[in-house]
Amino acid sequence: MIMSKFLNFNLRDFGAGIWSGWNRPTRVIFVLLCIAVSGLLPFAAEFGPTSFLNTPVASYIDVLVYPIGMFVLMALGLNIVVGKSGLLDLGYIAFFAIGAYTHAILSTLYGWNAWESLPIGMLFAMVSGVVLGLPALRLRGDYLAIITLGFGEIVRIVALNIEVTGGPNGIPGIPNPPGILGLEFNLEYSRNFYYIVLALILLTIWMIRRFTVRRPGRAWEAIRQDEDVAALMGVNTLVYKLWSFVIGAAVGGAAGVIFASKVMVISPDMFKFEVSILILACVVFGGIGNIWGVILGAALLAYIPERIRFLTETRQLVFGLVLIIMMNIRPDGLLPRKKREKITQKGSK
Amino acid sequence: MNFSVVATEFPSLLLQGLALGLIYALVALGYTMVYGVLRLINFANSEVFMIGTFATLYVQVNFLGLTNGSEPLRGFKVVYALLLCLVSSMLVSAFVAVLVELVAYRRLRAKGANRLASLISAIGVSIVLMEWVGLLTGSRPRSGARILEKWSIFEIGGANFRIDTVMAIILPIIIFVILNRFVTKTRLGKSIRAVSMSEENSKLMGININRVITLTFIIGGLTTGAAAFLFMTVYENTAFTIGFNMGIAAFTAAVLGGIGNLRGAFYGGIALGLLEQFASAVIGSEWKAVTVFVVLVLVLLFKPNGLFGEAVQQTRT
Repeated sequence: MIMSKFLNFNLRDFGAGIWSGWNRPTRVIFVLLCIAVSGLLPFAAEFGPTSFLNTPVASYIDVLVYPIGMFVLMALGLNIVVGKSGLLDLGYIAFFAIGAYTHAILSTLYGWNAWESLPIGMLFAMVSGVVLGLPALRLRGDYLAIITLGFGEIVRIVALNIEVTGGPNGIPGIPNPPGILGLEFNLEYSRNFYYIVLALILLTIWMIRRFTVRRPGRAWEAIRQDEDVAALMGVNTLVYKLWSFVIGAAVGGAAGVIFASKVMVISPDMFKFEVSILILACVVFGGIGNIWGVILGAALLAYIPERIRFLTETRQLVFGLVLIIMMNIRPDGLLPRKKREKITQKGSK
Repeated sequence: MNFSVVATEFPSLLLQGLALGLIYALVALGYTMVYGVLRLINFANSEVFMIGTFATLYVQVNFLGLTNGSEPLRGFKVVYALLLCLVSSMLVSAFVAVLVELVAYRRLRAKGANRLASLISAIGVSIVLMEWVGLLTGSRPRSGARILEKWSIFEIGGANFRIDTVMAIILPIIIFVILNRFVTKTRLGKSIRAVSMSEENSKLMGININRVITLTFIIGGLTTGAAAFLFMTVYENTAFTIGFNMGIAAFTAAVLGGIGNLRGAFYGGIALGLLEQFASAVIGSEWKAVTVFVVLVLVLLFKPNGLFGEAVQQTRT
């Protein structure tokens, strides 16, 4: 009994309860505190009490940028598509790949730097989102899943087979971004990449929160709950679905540009279907539709495989087991979304 | 672009495409049966296929004493060996499919969890199965043994009707005929169709939902196992990662034909096999997958429910 109470405990609602009890200054201080703590994360491995966070095989700070930071960013982007408007996207990695290749080509062939190609990479990802979304979003759930899956594979296969992307060898020698605000970006200063990713994550969170309370957010919520009803209520479902798709794509594209400038070499096998699935797993594992859940899920699912890297052979096996067990214990994810339905039921009585 | 190939090698491409397509069709059944009843993509079906290929390999090596490169069997022993491989592959696959249902779906279904949660737990099961076989085989691809000598029965216009190709065409057709009769004529088949129409109503009619779901997983496992056996007979190699590509192809086939529909899986599989063969001949094999997906998108745009529409119950006609 106590066990089941513990398992069904909704930390999200608990947290929201505390949050709504606070006044504005307390909230601001809390948010700043959270940002400060995440800003200190790169130092956690060297600091005594938190040194258990250290990843034994891979470099901790590199792990913090990729996969953890990148996964959090991409999971937030995918959450707009899967969590907010309820569209199943199995090829999210395509937008990441498009961003990465845009930067790689622009920088190696035309000498652009990462800050210049960031908006272009996002633009290309958004355009491809429209190209894919316009036909695909007219279809229902599972067909959308297979088409996005196909799109992800197409992007990878195209990168594998055309000349400008360097085929299976990929593109080497992508320059690091030039310094900005006194921060240098090169192999010695991985930490600074983390701050860039952190800034993008904060920007994305802010954007999602603004969207959620405004018209698009309400439209997405309506579409997610019942698309037919939403259409009857005058929501232009195709346009709003397309918007969620395109905004998700833009986040993926931005992540891709930063990723390419960090790793300096990209090749098609970095953008496999498995990564799409992993990011979807992050979203579902943490709690679909809830920003904090998604962040927690992505951070954990990116961190666990690195933490247990010493298992070498059985690493993926353990990871699979974690997925099964967690989903069986908490099907709604670690931090489930707010129980909106409950509130409306109470209101109608 | 090389269209002259089509003109010169048309019969051969047709035959190869048909054989490949019918193997796809059998795996697609695993997806389509489960989708019809549960409305879920059974993500772990690709690993059921992979384990089927290894079950065939295991029987070949350990029970029949065959290894890669050993002499093919002769006489009556061939039939015995083929049947033994087929049956064991089907049974092992069905067993794994039931296991998948128990581990990945049953508890979540009882809790009324959302569809994505089941999807992720199925992905978890498929990772575990894949990595487990990877550990057992040392992550190396394995070559299968040759049970029967691949003699050519006859040849028409360059199409070589080899014994294994013919087998890969005839066996799926037999399985489909049996399965179609089972689903349309028998009591259990009726209960499957009833559940796929409405779970609530079939519960009220006294149908044991859990039994029906297990049954569909068993059927899906059996057909996928048969496909694995045929794959090993025709292509003679496997690896622990083999399920992924087969899974995507088979799922595409199921969607192409109309997921949840038995005939859809059958014709979707054939269409996909032919499409892949001709696309690789004309445009080059590296663009095969791209062509397939472009065609899929076009089909879905004009026929949003696939070529043959949805749902198992439509096989009544």
